[in-house]
Amino acid sequence: MSETHAQTVTFVRDTMLPPVAPPVGERGAVKWLRENLFSTPLNIALTVLGVVAIWWLVSSSLPWWLNSVWNASSLGECRQIVAANAGEGATGACWAMIRERWHQFLFGFYPPSQWWRPILAFGLLFGALAPVLFAGQKRSLTVLLGAVLVFLLITLYLAGAPGVPFALAIALVLGMLALAQMQPGRLLWFTLIYPALCFWLLWGGSVWSPIVAMAGFGVLYAVFRLASPMIGLAPAAGVGIVVAVLWWLYAEGPVVSVVQGVLPFALQSINSDQFGGFLLAIVIGVTGIAFSLPIGILLALGRQSDMLIVKTLSVGFIEFIRGVPLITLLFTASLLLQYFLPPGTNFDIILRVIILVTFFAAAYLAEVIRGGLAALPRGQYEAADALGLDYWRAQRLIILPQALKVSIPAIVSTFIGLFKDTTLVAFVGLMDPLKGVTQIVRADINWKGIYWEPYIFVGVIFFVICFGMSRYSMYLERKLKTDHR
Amino acid sequence: MAEAAKMQVSDEVAIQITSMNKWYGQFHVLRDINMTVMKGERIVICGPSGSGKSTLIRCINRLEEHQQGQIVVDGTELTNDLKNIDKVRSEVGMVFQHFNLFPHLTILENLTLAPIWVRKVPKKEAEETAMYFLGKVKIPEQAHKYPGQLSGGQQQRVAIARSLCMKPRIMLFDEPTSALDPEMIKEVLDTMIELAQEGMTMLCVTHEMGFAQAVANRVIFMDQGQIVEQNEPKEFFNNPKSERTKLFLSQILGH
Ligand SMILES: Nc1ncnc2c1ncn2[C@@H]1O[C@H](COP(=O)(O)OP(=O)(O)OP(=O)(O)O)[C@@H](O)[C@H]1O
Ligand SMILES: [Mg+2]
Repeated sequence: MSETHAQTVTFVRDTMLPPVAPPVGERGAVKWLRENLFSTPLNIALTVLGVVAIWWLVSSSLPWWLNSVWNASSLGECRQIVAANAGEGATGACWAMIRERWHQFLFGFYPPSQWWRPILAFGLLFGALAPVLFAGQKRSLTVLLGAVLVFLLITLYLAGAPGVPFALAIALVLGMLALAQMQPGRLLWFTLIYPALCFWLLWGGSVWSPIVAMAGFGVLYAVFRLASPMIGLAPAAGVGIVVAVLWWLYAEGPVVSVVQGVLPFALQSINSDQFGGFLLAIVIGVTGIAFSLPIGILLALGRQSDMLIVKTLSVGFIEFIRGVPLITLLFTASLLLQYFLPPGTNFDIILRVIILVTFFAAAYLAEVIRGGLAALPRGQYEAADALGLDYWRAQRLIILPQALKVSIPAIVSTFIGLFKDTTLVAFVGLMDPLKGVTQIVRADINWKGIYWEPYIFVGVIFFVICFGMSRYSMYLERKLKTDHR
Repeated sequence: MAEAAKMQVSDEVAIQITSMNKWYGQFHVLRDINMTVMKGERIVICGPSGSGKSTLIRCINRLEEHQQGQIVVDGTELTNDLKNIDKVRSEVGMVFQHFNLFPHLTILENLTLAPIWVRKVPKKEAEETAMYFLGKVKIPEQAHKYPGQLSGGQQQRVAIARSLCMKPRIMLFDEPTSALDPEMIKEVLDTMIELAQEGMTMLCVTHEMGFAQAVANRVIFMDQGQIVEQNEPKEFFNNPKSERTKLFLSQILGH
């Protein structure tokens, strides 16, 4: 270059060069192998070691997988079959146990005649999630609701669901499919009533309990609307909450029994101690996820607040919950909640666990979201202020959408952690799929001594669910990517 | 300058600042500021870095709080009363050095957000207004893009249009062109000049002296948190009184 410069400074290009493919060895598999596996002696050594390790793992476990037995009635029989097929001393997986006990891994001791209820609740869960996950996207909504329809048709049939609920459920999903075509926004109404519906399906009892309980929110809203012109927004909200709590504590029971007397309509009651397996994990996990996000957001905002009391309470809550192991919280659940609740209330164990798991995740989420808030340039707050948006509108329209967006990976990690932590409920005597159910299976003389199979089965299901969440978060990140940096 | 003279200045007061002081902790940023801005005035504020220009105009829409004295904007005094603050903010538009567009919203959504949520304008009407102002800043075809897809000059013009959509009576500009490449500065200044010619009350922190000479009817020079000199642009540039002003002008015009 210096030479050309020395000769002449002026230069004009008269023919433009066409683009040319890179030379061989600089592209494709050859280049990749050379760069990634065999670039230096150390790299070559590591590659060889890696291949040997993989070979050793595969060759030692492959026979176990290949000799799997699906039909047997006990572990002893499994071993006999393996020995007969593959010779004395061979090992083999005994999936026959899963074949016989799969229902305990899924439902715990939920009565078989009622299995259709958790199945229906599970299918409808996706119907309720659809408008949240794929807001306004007709195609994704239709695909998801269609999948729910097929799933329910098959599984409800297999579970022997009674005709009337079967027909109602299918009609409901068909109605939602139709609504998704015309007014996808309206689907959110189903999301709102789903919690009550799900509660009723799972625990049974009078249909009026969840309806009257939901009416408590109606009472809250009505009081708020009536009182807010007179005493202002915040006091009206306070009064509304007080009245609603009174409604739940004192009015709900009598009202339910009166209405139930007039219009008796109930499902068989199922006790919390009959719940188990993935039914339990999903109930705790989904409820925890649904409630921890809004609580986490409020805590994160509270932590940044200028109001000293709000700030102190938020910081105290977050630091206390994060500083204590979840298991400690679970053990002391009843004790802790006694402090906050009127004496004499006897809390259902699952509800207790859900509340604590929710708090636990909310504290972590609050910190994650605080990170997202801190990542926003101050100019965003200033622009929102300068346009005259008040605090809540600025948060809702400008700040949170951006802060939550940058926190998506961390939020989903917290959710995945929460879902896997649901197995810890084994420590308070609940039948989680990993420890609780496995122990019960092993207590059976037929399956005593079985080790890997239940863990692999449970692990695979956990993996599928968590992997699904992770993929969804990546999809969401891509969809929301608008900054084009 | 002939043009500047043509533009109307009414005798109605838009902003009145009396004996205003502000501190950041122990640091006295603004010292005894007195200033009256009439409706329709175009005021350029200049001064060395750190002299408190940004702080001054940010006090006018209460992005910063002052500790002493009085600021009255369009008849509303700025106090801790949130109602007054919201009222002033919805009447005063502000354009920032770094645009501060909302990156998660399209250009059209950026423009309609405040009218819809603060002014309660129906969505359709807000969109029509937004398209009108996008046309005025000459980028209507970008309405459905995101801010990150626009050039700096285009983003700044969107930011101006976003403020205009709130139909403000007063516009504040804080160094609107200093984050831009030279070829984009002109497109933003042209937009601002047009706005000035329509009689908008404008307070503009800028070092674009050409702009000051073309449209300003007053130039204010600040140093160390104080107003050191103010005058008509012609006098200010040709015949500065204070030594500090002379030094400052020689530095920015000198090269
Ligand atoms: N939030 C703050 N806390 C403490 N000091 C501040 C803060 N913001 C600004 N200052 C100080 O106040 C003084 C005035 O700042 P200001 O931003 O108003 O200057 P400016 O005239 O706009 O300067 P520039 O031309 O660099 O933008 C500076 O010395 C700055 O360091
Ligand atoms: Mg500044």
